[in-house]
Amino acid sequence: MDSERPDEKEGQPKAGNGAPQKPADPNDPEGIKSLLRAASGVPAGSRKAVPAETTAAATTEEGGRASTADFISKTRKQGLALKDRAIQEAETYKDPQQTQLWKSIFRVSHDRSDPRNRSLAILSNVFLHLHPAKINRDAVRYGFTWGMGGITFYLFIVLTFTGVLLMFYYHPTKVQAFRDILYLEHDVPFGKLLRNMHRWAAHLMVITTWLHMFRVVLTGSYKRPREFNWCVGVVLLVLTLLLSFTGYLLPDDQLGFWAVTVGTNMARATPMFGSEGPFGPQLGMTPYNDVRFGLLGGSIVDANALLRSYIWHCIGIPLVASIFMAVHFWRIRKDGGISGPAPVMLEAEMKATKK
Amino acid sequence: MDWHQLWKITSAPDNVPIVGMLFLVPFFTWYGLKQARENDKLIAELENDPAKAKTHHRKTLPWRPGWARELHVWPFLVRVEFLAAVIVTAILFIWSITLDAPLEEPANPNLTMNPSKAPWYFLGLQEMLVYFDPWIAGVVMPSLMMVGLMVFPYVDSNPLGNGYYTIRQRRFALAMFGIGWVTWIILIVIGTFIRGPGWVWFWPGQTWDHNAVVFDKNQDLHDVFGITHANFGDAAIWMQIIFGAMVVGLFYLLAGLFLHWLMKRGPLKLKYLRSWRELKQWATTPDRLETSLLARTSVLQYLTFQFFAISVLIALPVKILLRLAFTIKYVWVTPWFNV
Repeated sequence: MDSERPDEKEGQPKAGNGAPQKPADPNDPEGIKSLLRAASGVPAGSRKAVPAETTAAATTEEGGRASTADFISKTRKQGLALKDRAIQEAETYKDPQQTQLWKSIFRVSHDRSDPRNRSLAILSNVFLHLHPAKINRDAVRYGFTWGMGGITFYLFIVLTFTGVLLMFYYHPTKVQAFRDILYLEHDVPFGKLLRNMHRWAAHLMVITTWLHMFRVVLTGSYKRPREFNWCVGVVLLVLTLLLSFTGYLLPDDQLGFWAVTVGTNMARATPMFGSEGPFGPQLGMTPYNDVRFGLLGGSIVDANALLRSYIWHCIGIPLVASIFMAVHFWRIRKDGGISGPAPVMLEAEMKATKK
Repeated sequence: MDWHQLWKITSAPDNVPIVGMLFLVPFFTWYGLKQARENDKLIAELENDPAKAKTHHRKTLPWRPGWARELHVWPFLVRVEFLAAVIVTAILFIWSITLDAPLEEPANPNLTMNPSKAPWYFLGLQEMLVYFDPWIAGVVMPSLMMVGLMVFPYVDSNPLGNGYYTIRQRRFALAMFGIGWVTWIILIVIGTFIRGPGWVWFWPGQTWDHNAVVFDKNQDLHDVFGITHANFGDAAIWMQIIFGAMVVGLFYLLAGLFLHWLMKRGPLKLKYLRSWRELKQWATTPDRLETSLLARTSVLQYLTFQFFAISVLIALPVKILLRLAFTIKYVWVTPWFNV
């Protein structure tokens, strides 16, 4: 398939610029020989004459000097031949796509005029292979999907990237957490930008998740056969909100502290599992064993809560969310790809219900 | 008018996203409904002309015979995705350079922030605390909302409108989603822009008064009906429990009847509001499409929908109204829980 590249035939003669006019295949032994001949300036067919000449010189009185000169000229010839061979070879590297290295990484030619290559570009790429090779011609329109699902996933990647960088500068301890934020903001190069980006990408992700759901509702995309994927999406919404909420405490400032205090105080009122919830006290719930205690690792928002928040935020929830995302994306394909824009269905075409 | 106060609220860095949402949500609502209107026009046209419906490509988007129905993802989709990623990155960079993430004083358990607000996307829940006890507002309601969302595809028995924007074919489902979505946004807006210190109601532009004291009557529904200790002595507590249970039961019944009635309504046109006779006819004549959709719904689907719709979509606005307009705190008071 690679040899069918049209530019290959045009490119090759041009490659001979400044080198011997007749390009020779380096792998061809005959070619090497002709190269050697060209380099030594000896015409083909007079090969026998060369050793005869040297033996004649060796019979004169200074035999040792002659053999040295012989050696030098031989080496020189070989060196020149090698040089030319290298130049020859280098010409072939002018097209990197023809190298073994390239071909070992990219199995597919980048010549996209061939429809087969376009499909293979998607199917043989691990990052792109979740796409189908072809889609509904109207589905690429921005107006239908608004791109919100994809943007949400992209923001998750941005958040993972900036989040990992932030982790290098952050200790989830009461002594250091707040100081680490100050350090990030004032001393770490681009630290402030890093933190800002993480913060705003998180807010944006909540917005894009909502808008994505809104679009799915408006287009009725949750309907059969995509009901289950909608449920997975609802779980992902909850996980997105929880990720945001657990991150809120981490700067260990007044804003996060009181927001989390207010938030977890609600957990105290959980029916049956909270110390202040309906039927909680009757079931033996106290501030030291109820669901809030489990969330905070204590009865107040303190060091343990900070650590738990941190681990949920950086490891626990992202891990769970990744699994749900994998299912979500997989199911999009398995349920028949993007739901539309589908041809409109008319009332008269509704099938009778199964009784 | 305290513009400074208003500016302080809207420009708080963590509130900027919701200010953005005030533009984004209406824009995308308009954008989606615009496409829905176009599709609805096409649907009406094809329904009146069955011959055309047989040959039409059934989309408002351009189509010519001979055009490929499918496009290669490379490059036609990946380039859109790439462009989206570049634009989002650019927006994020500009946003991050121009606006700093908030950082308050170090956490101090001895100094309570007032008002102490959750992040904006949780302000709907926090605002709900005004209307319900924490076990409902913080635990039961959010769970019902999430489970209700998950249940929706299974109770929506309407096969129409799958994969294209339409209002005409999915009026009731969209109305239900709409109620939930709008209520949620309104709660967030109230929580962000209106609640001040002590979670007191301050109109936008009103100065936050940290010493504001609100004289609320804070009465329960049984007080309004005179079922109090003063009137009935120790028996009042049992009467209150029974009264509250009856009120809640009656609410579920009435809300269920209301939803059942609403389910079969046709499109409500503005001109009906001008003519009493037309409005009455709308209210009493079941719509053909809606009736046929209801006939497709199984009993389990119907009851599940009713439960979630009454418990969340109707109960929430009703309780907000009772609390804000009639200063009623609880409708059902028991020694164990209050609703």
